[in-house]
Amino acid sequence: MTPLISIRDLSVAFNGVPVLRGVDLALQKGEALGLVGESGSGKSVTWLAALGLLPRNARVSGSVRLDGREILGAPAAELDRIRGGRVAMIFQDPASALNPVLTIRRQLCESLALHRDLSGGTVKAEARRLLDLVGIPDAARRLEAYPHEFSGGQVQRIMIAMALAGNPDLLIADEPTTALDATIQAQILELLSTIRHEMGMAMVLISHDLGVVAENCDRVAVMYAGRIVEEAPANQLFADPVHPYAQGLIGALPPLDGPRRRLTAIPGTVPDPASMPDGCAFAPRCALAEAPCGRAAPTLAPIAADRAVACVRAEASRRALLGMAAE
Amino acid sequence: MGRYFAVRIGRAALTIVLVVTFAFVVLRLSGDPALMILGPEAPPEVLAAFRKAWGLDDPIWFQYLDYFGAIAKGELGRSMRDGRPAIELVLERIPATLALTLPAFAFKVALGIPAGIYAALHRGSGIDRAVMMTAVAGFTVPSFVLALLLVLVFAVQLGWLPSGGQDSWRHAILPIVTLSLGGAAVLARFTRSAMLEVLGQPYIRTASAKGVPWRKVVTSHALPNAAIPTVTILGFMVGTLIAGAVVVESVFSWPGVGRLLVVAVANRDLAVVQCILLLVAMTMVTSNLIVDFLYGFLDPRLRAKGAHA
Repeated sequence: MTPLISIRDLSVAFNGVPVLRGVDLALQKGEALGLVGESGSGKSVTWLAALGLLPRNARVSGSVRLDGREILGAPAAELDRIRGGRVAMIFQDPASALNPVLTIRRQLCESLALHRDLSGGTVKAEARRLLDLVGIPDAARRLEAYPHEFSGGQVQRIMIAMALAGNPDLLIADEPTTALDATIQAQILELLSTIRHEMGMAMVLISHDLGVVAENCDRVAVMYAGRIVEEAPANQLFADPVHPYAQGLIGALPPLDGPRRRLTAIPGTVPDPASMPDGCAFAPRCALAEAPCGRAAPTLAPIAADRAVACVRAEASRRALLGMAAE
Repeated sequence: MGRYFAVRIGRAALTIVLVVTFAFVVLRLSGDPALMILGPEAPPEVLAAFRKAWGLDDPIWFQYLDYFGAIAKGELGRSMRDGRPAIELVLERIPATLALTLPAFAFKVALGIPAGIYAALHRGSGIDRAVMMTAVAGFTVPSFVLALLLVLVFAVQLGWLPSGGQDSWRHAILPIVTLSLGGAAVLARFTRSAMLEVLGQPYIRTASAKGVPWRKVVTSHALPNAAIPTVTILGFMVGTLIAGAVVVESVFSWPGVGRLLVVAVANRDLAVVQCILLLVAMTMVTSNLIVDFLYGFLDPRLRAKGAHA
């Protein structure tokens, strides 16, 4: 089956400094994929690059196929139809993501006019329906309001309404709840998951919050320093992470049940993109690193039916983990 | 909304009073009109009679109150040189000044704003660098230097245009060019940085991510936001329409308000100077008010804030 979208060897460099170093990723129709990693690991850049939304000083190479059709470097008119129409995006800081001088109606109807074959009166009716759908009360009146007249959570709902305007097959949610209060976070995530199931839409949830990803995604990809280091079904990744970095991320989470334990932090910091180590980018921080880790960057290789890891010590790492659990 | 403008109108009135007061005090402390107008050789009794006739003997606070009393009645005083009402002298010069400043304003806008937008959209390109270099040159070179340079090239060397006077439209070309270039440079730089600021905002990325074609992202998302800071500088330029050509009018012997001001200050012709300053303060303040109104119109956030400001 052709995946909905497949990314091959996607690389991005800003002014000659590589920030994305060969990302491979595929997504089936209706699937929810979580993308986790520290800030700067390339989670957002992957999707901005895929949709041609990076500034001109970014050099992008590789391949991005939507329904088997190459879209990287596609003509502007074709990309404009894809953006919002096939693949929609919502962003981290809702307050600055909407144009402050235009009414909600203008911004919503703009999306509808671009991607749907609707005329005058029906556009506005559809805009009202979308606001209703995302849970903005009194939609008819609120359409005439400006973004600053809404709360952060409401603005994110409006962003979601705008993203849904084009009936996309894929929604990229880039840290959609990071800037919101915890209670609002839960509401927005629930809204996203309801809508996704109703519309049969695929979703990429970019987050540094492992809990959010665990609850909302079928599959998770862990990114580190511009590469995917581990990819697995969500439940398996959290139960049995293989890459030492994934282990570190999950080890840094407090367990909800079970005895209290000291949280383990990953020592060191992410290497500077301008001076990456030769081999595995995680090696300098890795407790299991050995001589081979410094030689060549490991590639993402399958270790089970639907799992892949980029680590030469994957087996050792797994044993170390089992050993730790046995202690 | 009502309060937003009430506060601003109150401030505008206060600004005018302060400007007029300042001009009044400084002028009276910085030289004796009797000596300036009658000359140092005039006999003391003539000087005394002149001072008495114009009320210059009275204590300054008395003169000040007298002056404001007259303004309240619509009297702006008479010129000490020829006894005509100051306002008449000033008003008859205004058309000449506007004949320079209005076309210059139009050129500034027509050149500066598109150049700034283009430079911002093609940041780092050769044209961007050329626009910015011209702009820096345009506003670092003082207008009198530029004026003399233009005279040297187009009047003296090439002999294409007259170097001064007001006999035909050809006489207006060099003064208008001088006035336009500096202003266009300021506007280009300002518009460029306003555009760059806006183009870096997340909502521009949102618009692109929605599938809005780039041309429309620029016209319907970026420009309305970049207009807000640009309007400030435009308002300032409108404010200088009446007295913004002092230097240029002097260099090109153009008989406008600016030249009248220079002569009146040199003679300490108090009523005329005060009348011009009052007029300048009023145009400045009015254009600022218009800018404030436009802000409220352009930026819905300010409309909301104004209610509590």
